[in-house]
Amino acid sequence: MLSYIIKRILMIIPVIIGVSILSFLLIHLVPGDPARMMLGERATPKQLVELRETLGLNDPLYVQYGRFVEKAVQGDLGSSVRSKMPVFEEMGNKLPATLELTLFALTIAVLLGGLAGVVSAVKPYSIFDNLSMGLALFGVSIPVFWLGLMLIWIFGVHLHMLPPSGRLTVGVELQTITNLYILDSLLTGNWKAFKDALSHIIMPAVALSTIPMAMIARVTRSSMLEVLGQDYIRTAWAKGLPGRLVIFRHAFKNAFLPVLTVIGLQFGYLLGGAVMTEEIFSWPGVGRWLFVAISARDFPIVQGGILMVALLFVTINLIVDILYTYVDPRIRLD
Amino acid sequence: MTPQGTTASGEVAVKLNEYVSRGPWVEGFLRLLRHKTALVGLIIVGILLFTALLAPLLAPYDPITQDLPNRLQAPSSEHLFGTDAHGRDILSRIIHGTRISIQIGIIAVGISLIFGTFLGAVSGYYGGKLDLVVMRAIDIVMAFPYILLAIAITAMLGPGLTNAMIAIGLVGIPIYARVIRGVVLSVKEMEYIDAAKVSGCSNFRIIFRHVLPNCMAPLVVQATLGVGTAILDAAGLGFLGLGAQPPHPEWGIMLNQGKEVMSIAPWVIMFPGAAILLVVLGFNLLGDGLRDALDPRLKDS
Amino acid sequence: MKKRFILFCTVALMAIAMLVTGCGGSSDNANEGTPGAGKAENILVWGRGGDSVGLDPSMITDGESGKVTINVFDTLVEYEPDNTAVQAALATDWEVSEDGTVWTFNLREGVKFHDGTDFNAEAVVINVERWMNKDHPLNNGECKYWSYMFNGYAPDSIVTKVEATGDYQVQFSLKEPFAPFIQNLAMFPFAIASPAALEEYGSDFFKNPVGTGPFKFVEWIQDDKVTLVKNEEYWGEVAKIDTLVFRSIPDNSARFLELQAGTIDMMDGVNPDDVAAAKANEQFQMILRPSMNVGYLALNTEKEPLGNKQVRQAINMAINKQAIIDAFFAGLAKPAKNPLPPSLWGYNDDIVPYEYNPEQAKALLAEAGYPDGFKTTVWAMPVPRPYMPQGQKVAEAIQADLAAVGIEAEIVSYEWGIYLEKAENGEHDMILLGWTGDNGDPDNFIYALLDKDNAVKGSSNNYAFYKSDQVHDLLIKAQREMDQDKRSDLYKQAQVIIHEDAPWVPLDHSTDPLVLMKYVKGYMPHPTGIEKVNTVSVQ
Repeated sequence: MLSYIIKRILMIIPVIIGVSILSFLLIHLVPGDPARMMLGERATPKQLVELRETLGLNDPLYVQYGRFVEKAVQGDLGSSVRSKMPVFEEMGNKLPATLELTLFALTIAVLLGGLAGVVSAVKPYSIFDNLSMGLALFGVSIPVFWLGLMLIWIFGVHLHMLPPSGRLTVGVELQTITNLYILDSLLTGNWKAFKDALSHIIMPAVALSTIPMAMIARVTRSSMLEVLGQDYIRTAWAKGLPGRLVIFRHAFKNAFLPVLTVIGLQFGYLLGGAVMTEEIFSWPGVGRWLFVAISARDFPIVQGGILMVALLFVTINLIVDILYTYVDPRIRLD
Repeated sequence: MTPQGTTASGEVAVKLNEYVSRGPWVEGFLRLLRHKTALVGLIIVGILLFTALLAPLLAPYDPITQDLPNRLQAPSSEHLFGTDAHGRDILSRIIHGTRISIQIGIIAVGISLIFGTFLGAVSGYYGGKLDLVVMRAIDIVMAFPYILLAIAITAMLGPGLTNAMIAIGLVGIPIYARVIRGVVLSVKEMEYIDAAKVSGCSNFRIIFRHVLPNCMAPLVVQATLGVGTAILDAAGLGFLGLGAQPPHPEWGIMLNQGKEVMSIAPWVIMFPGAAILLVVLGFNLLGDGLRDALDPRLKDS
Repeated sequence: MKKRFILFCTVALMAIAMLVTGCGGSSDNANEGTPGAGKAENILVWGRGGDSVGLDPSMITDGESGKVTINVFDTLVEYEPDNTAVQAALATDWEVSEDGTVWTFNLREGVKFHDGTDFNAEAVVINVERWMNKDHPLNNGECKYWSYMFNGYAPDSIVTKVEATGDYQVQFSLKEPFAPFIQNLAMFPFAIASPAALEEYGSDFFKNPVGTGPFKFVEWIQDDKVTLVKNEEYWGEVAKIDTLVFRSIPDNSARFLELQAGTIDMMDGVNPDDVAAAKANEQFQMILRPSMNVGYLALNTEKEPLGNKQVRQAINMAINKQAIIDAFFAGLAKPAKNPLPPSLWGYNDDIVPYEYNPEQAKALLAEAGYPDGFKTTVWAMPVPRPYMPQGQKVAEAIQADLAAVGIEAEIVSYEWGIYLEKAENGEHDMILLGWTGDNGDPDNFIYALLDKDNAVKGSSNNYAFYKSDQVHDLLIKAQREMDQDKRSDLYKQAQVIIHEDAPWVPLDHSTDPLVLMKYVKGYMPHPTGIEKVNTVSVQ
């Protein structure tokens, strides 16, 4: 077990190196001088020289890369050009919002998608199956940004039920512990803040959950179908065990592995890739932060932020892979 | 890393038909026609192609000519889908937008397909260190959130439809490479490949004449699904202001421009969004149907 | 068995649905914005279109920054609450020498900066030297406004020296008499910052502003919000609200939704298409800001073929201003024909505007040697501005108008900060921009926006890069002249030349509407676009 984990960790080292190279090159391979792009071809040559100096752009690429890595290892990813704040610190400020949104969206996706998948598999080709698989196809086809706008139009504009943007109404007091507002409000027993935070997160979370929900539903269904066809399940049915017990104890437990993969992958992607949703709902998270930084050509953020997002993704995958070994001991044999 | 793409409908079948002749294609097509949902997809895609081809004839108005006094008209017999903030007929814009969607589909998927196939085939066929390097490189690219990478590339190259298509094409390469590699790995163990080797065929010839033709089924499936994804992503970039630029009637930028007036003129966002949904759905249905049809072993699984 | 399973699913789905709707209902409780009821917390949340660029008043030029800093800092003299007449602020009184070159200010005593240090003559001198010198060690950037308003930096500047002539007295020495001097000094960039804080924060001062104003800075979360709290020790009227929050919500309609949801108390930059809904809502009040602005399309005269006067005139004839105003300003604007707004003295009403006439525009283009038009770019601002709430849409209308005369224009847009920087560098062909008057002096429009002194690459405010010696001579003469009637006449002459040379397409003078909850009382919008809100209450 331990040796597998160590091996798995060693395997991601080349990936991490590659990821760091790619984040670095993303900025440096773009035609044009980064200093010039940042300063907008500002007239004073002095400023250009100074900025090149501070960014170390005069050195050969590999020297720059070496310095980037050296600093990154020490937790220094440079500072934002606009706010002058360390990239690491800014990321730390944005991550909880994204984490909260992602977790909430994934919870919706797992509950509804998983349930739909299981029921569809138990009664394949039933009306429910056709309906939920049809909905799943809609789920992967619907533009998230459009869904977001329509949700705002219905629940924000027409029904005035939900606030259209932000995480918390300004003025609602909340003592932060984890910076996951829903969790914090529960921990501090702040009912008002809890309701406020919840009303803010619902629409973006629903919009964000469509794709993972659809994928989870489809994977759960096919995985369950496969398991339900196997002998030991038939035996269990034949033994007269209660249906729910067979489905959840025996079948779902074994069908869970591919679902776990989807969840892990989606979790990783959503952490950095929820750009559209965060943008539409003005959700102050990582995706929107990176999008603004890209448009404002705030290169230290683009470089450092994208690197961290990719590392998070790799780490989550590692964790998922290791979890496998608990769920399915056969994996250890590799 | 788990070898799985993020295509619209999850993983793509990479398994292979066991024996290959013209037969399975014809048979597959017939199966496709019997497959109800796939038929729906085929019809949607057919309508899309037809609309794009005849756009100037079908559209009641010019998609770009503005008519400011008649802005934000609600849907009526004169303007079936209403008019936008510049008084342009939304129906006509959507009809002309089909051409942009087709263009995105062909170019973006073309880029992914050509480079992805090449990488996947070479990597799978030669195996060994080359394979290891290519696969690791793909793992690396796939560690970046797909849409974020597309945004970054487009923003760096400069906003515009062409750059958006290039970006979407580039970030799609790894998925195709993986699919092809998987198929090539199983094909190359086949006896007839050994036979070709023995008879002195060059590796190049084997890849192109014997290996790749046998990868067609999964490639067609992946490409069909990929067109849907590419249209969706291009619309997303358009929505963020990075894709097609005004006055192009691209659906994403129509949504972008419509969001300001959606509370008083919801039709401005309703119809372009529905158009995207419909077209992407069409390609997804068709892709799923093709998978079932061309790869009988996966049917009912 | 199976039925039970379906039942289970249904119950689960219903539970989730109830959770969702239950929360929906609860959000109503969070919106305490019932008419006339006031708010539980003594806080004013102001929703606006863009974030501040920086909070060091001397280093910024944009209104989104200025509307925050004016509440944190004070100037020596300031404008009256509803017009641009000058009144005492940190200076209690002042006098000018007979030859008009020496200005002496007596300062208010007993004022403290938010960091507890004393406000005195020495602090003023340090601040002024910082503005005057481009490379002053305390600068993190440069005080562009100084250069715009006082004819460049030292040693070119019209101000030669500033010195403390007592603990609470400072004296400015000028090269020559300078008519707009006192009017200019009341502008928000010439605000007195704490020298101790400038030293302490160095290049971080822009996010740690320390002044003497009615509000103290608390925190700034970029692209989200700026929070201020009231300064109990304010020398003037202590603020009625405890907390002032500026929230950035870039999308006009999203901001309006927030107001409807009661999560913000007031907003500017109302989407013109939402004006009707805002008027109809009983919870809201709409206040129109007195108009002192201009929105324009600058034609970069250094880019071909815009260097050609006939081409520029043709573009002026090609654009249908009235149609644009009807469509994208909800009628709350007047078409412009001069760079000056009509409310200002010196406005030349005798100018006959270029008539909208595509045929004549085409003829003129042909005459200039472009019978088939040409390719160019139109830059459109990415954020709503008071003088142009829907820049992108206006750009698209202009694009169509230009296409009608054969000019093929691509629309270009950048993030707001980059947009301005690139424009200052003259990278554009045609660019949409605008100006809100800072001080009620025509000099602040014509000299600031169209004099050759301000057509310097890298810090330009003259985005047409229009360099007319004739206009320059008239404007400088007007600056030296102390008699307002004579000055007015000089500005009118300048407008005739500018009209003929057509470096701009003047588009509109807009009346920016603000929508506030009814319980927001005492709000007085200033023509300059920014104001202190210490007199506002929300109870």
